[in-house]
Amino acid sequence: MTTSDNQLELERNRRQFLQQGGVGLGAIALHSLLAGEATAAPVKIDPANPMAPRQPPLVPRAKRIIYLFMAGGPSQLELFDDKPKLRELTGQAPPPSSFSGKRFAFLKGNETLLGSKRTFERYGECGMSLSEMLPHHRQIVDRVCWLRGMTTDVFNHGPAKLFMNTGFQAPGRPSFGSWATYGLGSPARDLPGFVVLQSGPRGPRAGASLWSSGFLPTSFQGVPFRGKGDPILHLNSPDGLTRDRERNFHDTVAALNRSRLQETGDPEILTRINAYEMAFRMQTSAPELMDLSEESATTLAAYGVSPGQPSFAANCLLARRLIERDVRFVQLYHTNWDSHGGPGENLNADFEKVCRDVDQASAALVLDLEQRGLLDDTLVIWGGEFGRTPMGENRDTIGRDHHIDAFTLWVAGGGVKSGYIHGETDELGFGPIAGKVHVHDLHATLLHLLGFDHEQLTYRFQGRDYRLTDVHGKVVEEILA
Amino acid sequence: MFSETRLAWRSSLCAVVFAWITSSADGADRVSFNEQIRPLLSDRCLACHGPDEKHREADLRLDIRAEAIGTADSPHAILPGKPEQSPLWQRITSTDPDLQMPPPAAKKPRFTAAELALLRRWIEEGAEYEGHWAFLPLRDEPPPATAGAPHPVDAFVHRKLATKNIKPSAEAERTTLIRRVTLDLIGLLPSPDEVSEFVNDQSPTAYERLVDRLLASPHYGERWGRHWLDQARYADSNGYAVDAPREMWPYRDWVIDALNRDLPFDQFTVEQLAGDLLPQPTKHQLIATGFHRNTLINQEGGTDREQFRVEAAMDRANTTGAVWMGLTVGCAQCHSHKFDPISQREYYQLFAFFNSAQDANDRGPTVDVVRGEVFGQPVSVPRDSPAPTAAELAKWRSDWEETTRVRLEKLHQEASTKPVEWSPVASVETRTESGATFTTLDDGSLLSSPMSTPHETYHLTLTSGLPQIAAVRLRTLTHESLPKRGPGRAGNGNFVLTAFALAANGQNQPFARATADHEQPDFSVEGLIDADPKSGWAINVGPGSTARMNSDHEATLVLTKPLMPGGKPFEITMRHDLNANYLVGRFAIEVSAVAPTAVSTHDAALLVALQKPAGDRSKEEVARLQNAFEKAEPRARKVEKKANPDVAQAMVMRDLLQHRETFLLTRGDFTRPNKELGPLVPGVLAAIAPPLGAEGAPPNRLDLARWLVHPDNPLTSRVTVNRIWMRYFGRGMVETDEDFGAQGATPTHPDLLDWLSREFQHSGWSQKSLHRLIVTSATYKQSSRLRPDLVVSDPRNLWLARQERFRLEGEAARDAALTASGLLESALGGPSVHPPQPDGVYAFTQVNKSWPTEKDRQRYRRTLYTFFYRSAPYPLFTTFDAPDFQAVCTRRLRSNTPLQALTLANDGAFFELAQGLALRLATERPGEFAAVLDDRINLATRACFSRPPNETEAKLLRDYVRQQVSSFREDPAAAKSLTTPALRQILDAPEAASLVLLARTLFNADNFITRE
Repeated sequence: MTTSDNQLELERNRRQFLQQGGVGLGAIALHSLLAGEATAAPVKIDPANPMAPRQPPLVPRAKRIIYLFMAGGPSQLELFDDKPKLRELTGQAPPPSSFSGKRFAFLKGNETLLGSKRTFERYGECGMSLSEMLPHHRQIVDRVCWLRGMTTDVFNHGPAKLFMNTGFQAPGRPSFGSWATYGLGSPARDLPGFVVLQSGPRGPRAGASLWSSGFLPTSFQGVPFRGKGDPILHLNSPDGLTRDRERNFHDTVAALNRSRLQETGDPEILTRINAYEMAFRMQTSAPELMDLSEESATTLAAYGVSPGQPSFAANCLLARRLIERDVRFVQLYHTNWDSHGGPGENLNADFEKVCRDVDQASAALVLDLEQRGLLDDTLVIWGGEFGRTPMGENRDTIGRDHHIDAFTLWVAGGGVKSGYIHGETDELGFGPIAGKVHVHDLHATLLHLLGFDHEQLTYRFQGRDYRLTDVHGKVVEEILA
Repeated sequence: MFSETRLAWRSSLCAVVFAWITSSADGADRVSFNEQIRPLLSDRCLACHGPDEKHREADLRLDIRAEAIGTADSPHAILPGKPEQSPLWQRITSTDPDLQMPPPAAKKPRFTAAELALLRRWIEEGAEYEGHWAFLPLRDEPPPATAGAPHPVDAFVHRKLATKNIKPSAEAERTTLIRRVTLDLIGLLPSPDEVSEFVNDQSPTAYERLVDRLLASPHYGERWGRHWLDQARYADSNGYAVDAPREMWPYRDWVIDALNRDLPFDQFTVEQLAGDLLPQPTKHQLIATGFHRNTLINQEGGTDREQFRVEAAMDRANTTGAVWMGLTVGCAQCHSHKFDPISQREYYQLFAFFNSAQDANDRGPTVDVVRGEVFGQPVSVPRDSPAPTAAELAKWRSDWEETTRVRLEKLHQEASTKPVEWSPVASVETRTESGATFTTLDDGSLLSSPMSTPHETYHLTLTSGLPQIAAVRLRTLTHESLPKRGPGRAGNGNFVLTAFALAANGQNQPFARATADHEQPDFSVEGLIDADPKSGWAINVGPGSTARMNSDHEATLVLTKPLMPGGKPFEITMRHDLNANYLVGRFAIEVSAVAPTAVSTHDAALLVALQKPAGDRSKEEVARLQNAFEKAEPRARKVEKKANPDVAQAMVMRDLLQHRETFLLTRGDFTRPNKELGPLVPGVLAAIAPPLGAEGAPPNRLDLARWLVHPDNPLTSRVTVNRIWMRYFGRGMVETDEDFGAQGATPTHPDLLDWLSREFQHSGWSQKSLHRLIVTSATYKQSSRLRPDLVVSDPRNLWLARQERFRLEGEAARDAALTASGLLESALGGPSVHPPQPDGVYAFTQVNKSWPTEKDRQRYRRTLYTFFYRSAPYPLFTTFDAPDFQAVCTRRLRSNTPLQALTLANDGAFFELAQGLALRLATERPGEFAAVLDDRINLATRACFSRPPNETEAKLLRDYVRQQVSSFREDPAAAKSLTTPALRQILDAPEAASLVLLARTLFNADNFITRE
């Protein structure tokens, strides 16, 4: 019985052996040890350096991911999916088929159809229709692959966000970023492999479980960087400890640890020595990363960054800086797209504000990556956990409820077609009539682009081989470049 | 074969040993089905040829011998004794992709040459099957007579080692031993004195006495309670997005207390799973049922209560499966288990035990528990005044109704007979904060223009010809230009006015009362004149109300003291601090010389209700009267429980009187009950003995609990013993402690596991006896040093020729620092505490959590008492692999990351403890700095590593401290900021700072957070 834990142990002991030159073992023993090694575990982790970069089994099209998570569920009907018929039928009861057997979070059943008051036009060679709310997106319509037939299973925010991030509704599973770094490691020597940045009036529902490593080792969990204060918890040494003093401290700790290694022969001590070195390097690399002063005024203006002000725009720029520093997976969360119509959540000024927050920097990021030659092997993902209903929802103003059957998400860069529209919804926008892409399919496709067969990237936990796509998922071949 | 072997075991000791050796994997004679063949079949074949009927291919099962061999006339896959003729053999050795097994599409590895050889021998030997080892009865084999191993645990382990030609390691050094056993049993470090005492104790029973002392320590319950609480998924909040706090600490205290009194494990099980179903359960037994109340509650708006009730019930079934049976029963939620004999129907029968709980995604039934009560030492809580009797209540109520009705009728009469004359005012100046203007309409009313500022404030300078102003009337009026005709500017025509103030001669003129013709629920007109900026007047209508929002409304405000304006202007300020853009659209202001006798809408409604006979009142009227009565009569109010933090309302299990029907849920979906199959009776897994008694009423949780701890049930004791063993060796004898099924690991020491399981039962399920048995073995006490020969002969240390080194859990790491610093506050139990945590942990959680950092010694409580929010755990926990308690956790990971390094080095909470240790060094080893430095290094190392430093370490630390002292001499300000005033009273700042850094260095050494 080989479990991944077993595999870890095996690797650990092999390493232990290799590092134990001083213990005086011969080459014959080495061969016998290696010959007896099990081979079934899908990913081999070097416990002394779990983030060591690994080659995926298939040819990868993308090496890293920037995931712009639009928390709350942006309204596709106000942004990407123009529905003239819906506008025409505004105020009328929806067709009964659209309601029967469906479940909504807040609708009471007496709501009527609501056309968008936003105007749309077609842009680019692909002729993607975009609303006036996203003027900057016009520049990237032909650089992006549009998925207009996204569907999910879950209509509450917390579980739906978990589903989009982990493939499961309940908390406790590894997130997409954790799977990616588990599979690929990360070439970043001075920064974590999976970094999370957040902006907006509040944090995303379900919180840290969205970037949890679940049952995978914590080395693969997302590390939230903060826009203010220490970017990483406990990054700064206590006041009064200069870099020199900290060098002395680390040297002394390392010397004590090496002495203990001599004494006990436990290779886990080597891992600890490496971890302390990385921590020491992060103390300079993380602040250097956050310091935007070396960015040109043109770049800052292109993203819409005001120096010193945490914002989605600043996070987009940081995302670029992170992948420039070889970080494998960067995820941004921006709230609040939850346009029910209540205070702070209306489809009018509140919606306009969140569009303004996000539009310019999202487009600028794609253009910037392209200009720097990074877009070829970086995937950018933009989207929320679900869409919004074609029916209005009556609160203080008329908004829209959560809708799981159809929403829009876009992907750009490494290995996906650009300027390609995949999927179409019916004339009222209730569900896809072509190009339906389920969350599991999206995950399967993204893993494929990273070089994995999603059915093979597994981890054994409590007697079962788990994967990001549970027991589902199909690669969406049509969108591959 | 099976029954023969069993007989042989029972015949004599000699025969036992012989039978064991021949049937074991180590004997060369026969292939063992359970240890060698079953894992191969399970891994490569059973997904398509196993128990899962939905995915069974070619109608072939290989998990049952009769099915695999078929009959003589119609043989199936295996012909016993004839591998060449067996289709199984042909298929697994075939090179034809269309024939070979496993088929290429299954993406399973093919059998290796060694595996094929085993399978061939097994078929040659007759292809005998055995039941799955974990479901077989416990073997009744006494410990073997192994030379030099008087301890039964060693007898088993050394026998195994002998077959491998491996020698066990020598006993660890005394210092290592006391540190190991103290950490393992109580989770704290031994003090330097305790170490010296043990090291110098020449008595042969010194170690046994040490173990007894530790097992008697109240900290034992904390240490082992923490392990159990992982499995119970205990936390202090509800989980999901809202994640509000809950009071489950009485359950945590119960666990600690139960372990400390060594409550037999069978009783421990029964009370937690079904304490509420025992005859006349005690409060302790009810608190114990909190085990299954640790499920999540989703308080997010719009959630389906039934969905989360079902989810909690499934979690209870799955957790029960994992904790007591070591099985992944949850797999059978959607389909029959692929590898283990758990059908989907059986899963829902297990689920049925938990499907009738009273709680349904809510707090459900509770019991009040006072701090310390579980330990038999309740703190005194001020007693509530005795509840009023029904007769008293009735009298108070009828008196109140009578006087209120009379008062309101009089008021109503006055109001209708004394009409008030309202006069218009003249505007001198009107302005807004943003500069937006007003239009004065023909009737003198003002119309605001669309505002860019969402929280606009109106400033009006007005005059009136009246000699005296006693009241002001604000009329909000509709207008065509407003959304839905207004009168407000919100999308629906509403507004929220949060303040209305009048000032004259630079003095605010307070209002005594405010009334309105109409108020939105929770937006009373009183909000205009109170001090709260977050209360205000609005006019939306509640469901079923006959009032209209989009029409004219008015508010009347009576001044405390009439104002004599004398023709001079006065100022009115109208604020909109609450909802964005909820501004008043069109309005007019009027004044009156006399105060109106007004009946508020609330009073008017009260009067209508009071004038009706009690039986005719509507539900709303009854509620309104009750509220008004409780407001007027405090003695009638229900006592507020929340006020006292020493009292918790602990959530407990209770079943509905009328049990819910349970159906199989198709694909685990609560909206798809399989009604055709009919309702299911609660039941246990048929593959596991004994059968559940099927007499009388349908079985309940109590029957389930008793079945789990029935002496004939082989799983519970095996699983429990294995898990306890795992804590001592870093790995269980069954490595997959959570999976004793076909996919799990086979036991390394099946004989020892069974013997210990029997001992566990025979000792009356005493966990303390089991601990004592294990930790007094030579196997436990041996050195953990890596031996060169073992790198080759047993690289994974499966055969236990040495102990293991492993990193302490987050809790134990901080507790070690607390002990070393001397700051530990060792009180037991009570509400969870809030040690210091860095700012901004909640910057991005949906609901801001309150974290009132402890100011006193509560900040030095053991880490298991730290308040745990599931959505935003105390950062130390996340960093050090603590589970998030969303679901059962039987075994934690042990990672080793840079974030752990940053935490130990820089977390203020740890640094404070380093300062604590430095102070301890300064006070316990006083003297001139250079002269006592070595003493201090010695004490610090003994406090942290439980041993004196070796020469290398002593030199490293001495050099480091000296170097820091001279560095701080150049930078006294830095030294000052790293030290506390208490330290600087004893030492000068550079020396004090260097001692703090010495302590910090030791806390960060591998040795400190490693149990060796």
